[in-house]
Amino acid sequence: MTTLPTSTDRKLGLVIDLDTCVGCHACVISCKGWNTENYGAPLSDQDPYGANPTGTFLNRVHSYEIQPEAAPAQLIHFPKSCLHCEDAPCVTVCPTGASYKRVEDGIVLVNESDCIGCGLCAWACPYGAREMDAEEKVMKKCTLCVDRIYNENLPEEDREPACVRTCPAGARHFGDFADPDSNVSQLTAQRGGMDLMPEMGTKPVNKYLPPRPKDQSLKEEVDILAPFLEPITEAPKGFLGWLDKALDAMPGGPKGGSN
Amino acid sequence: MHPAPSVILFSTMSGAGFGLLAFLGLGLPVVTGGLAFGYFALAYLLAVGGLIASTFHLGHPERAMKAFKQWRSSWLSREGICAVAALVVMAIYGAGLVFFGTRIGLLGTIGAILSFGTVFTTSMIYTQIKTVPRWNNTTTPAMFLSICIAGGALLAGEVKFAVPLLILAAAAQIGHWLFGDRALAESGTTLATATGLGARGEVRAFEPPHTGTNYLLNEFVYVIGRKHALKLRIIALILMIAVPLALVLLGQSFIFIALAAISHLVGVFTARWLFFAQAEHVVGLYYGKR
Repeated sequence: MTTLPTSTDRKLGLVIDLDTCVGCHACVISCKGWNTENYGAPLSDQDPYGANPTGTFLNRVHSYEIQPEAAPAQLIHFPKSCLHCEDAPCVTVCPTGASYKRVEDGIVLVNESDCIGCGLCAWACPYGAREMDAEEKVMKKCTLCVDRIYNENLPEEDREPACVRTCPAGARHFGDFADPDSNVSQLTAQRGGMDLMPEMGTKPVNKYLPPRPKDQSLKEEVDILAPFLEPITEAPKGFLGWLDKALDAMPGGPKGGSN
Repeated sequence: MHPAPSVILFSTMSGAGFGLLAFLGLGLPVVTGGLAFGYFALAYLLAVGGLIASTFHLGHPERAMKAFKQWRSSWLSREGICAVAALVVMAIYGAGLVFFGTRIGLLGTIGAILSFGTVFTTSMIYTQIKTVPRWNNTTTPAMFLSICIAGGALLAGEVKFAVPLLILAAAAQIGHWLFGDRALAESGTTLATATGLGARGEVRAFEPPHTGTNYLLNEFVYVIGRKHALKLRIIALILMIAVPLALVLLGQSFIFIALAAISHLVGVFTARWLFFAQAEHVVGLYYGKR
């Protein structure tokens, strides 16, 4: 059934902390590993040891540079996987009903045996969360490790998505957004968790925590003793000083007349 | 967007095929016997040929029957149902004309509506895609439908309809291009909204997730041929509109109409190639591309 549920009992999803993520890609690898060895078709690679390797990934880490107006540039590592949107456009476009959003926990899944591989759901997703597997020719996407989180064969601490379990920086958090007291709801409230591309109207469940503000007021916070430090002259001395003056005096230099 | 030849072939052929079926359904012209067989054979060749071509881009074409289920939400599903309904109704209507020399007008009208409906549902598959601002507006169905009707008139040999309809199709196509060229900028989606980091400063894609390419880049960030877009647009308009117009105004014998129709279809194919190749998917923004 590809019409979306009007509401879901729980809203399971991730909080991704852009302040904490160090861009190590461990979540990418653990996701690829778990989802190749477990639920559904494996995530294949093409030409893995050749000149042009490609492959299916459910989670990819981008890196962005932010250049504030009057502060040093910042580097932000940006993991991106399915956001399990409340108004998931990928689900409603599916002609077969292979894509669906679960009423009980809001996870968006693909029933691979019903997928005809038309690719329309990947077209509809603004986030690039869905990838067609080049080997199996079916659509692959993040399952929120549905085969881990309810899996009673696993020790309790492992019953969370592989990416969350593996993150060495603690930048990924898993929980229920429908519960205002859950860890993810609390984090979102405290840190101003945000939606990606809110203008698309997808109402993503996953939230991103923006990087914390960095020290930017360098001028005001200069040590009070700094003015008493010996001034550092920047003018070159000795041979370099002579060379600087000599070159300046030559035609073409700053004092050397017309060019 | 990656311009898959199977999908371009589908939209070109079935657009013209269903256009011709619609004209036949409306009794423009009323044909019977062997002549009717010829018209219907051409229309079915184009419409069914296009539909078969479209299954080639599926990962699992053997499961295509499952695609009729989700008409409540999916335009692709609605298209499939509409296409089959149009083909069945028009087959009964056509059989009446070919074998019994009788025209069941009501059936023809229903068939014509279903035929236009098929092309409309095809256009809505693209129009509904919010992530491709160039498609996500009313110029898309206007362009698909007007080209389908003009092509149908041309193939049916209804010159008095074909001339104004071709001019209308040209206007709709140009409108789609002009509107589409501004659509991404006007959608307001940028790397700043994609990352949510825009308020902090200028965001720049620093490093992609992988050094190589991937499915997303191949499917959604197709940039080859964009630099020739203007030339291709002119070529498309000449072949799709100008040459057929000149030919049918020069003469209205079979050979002129046939040449005009062939030129028209090649022109539509070129325009549809551009329809995909020029379409920018917002996921490209995450990669610092468009």
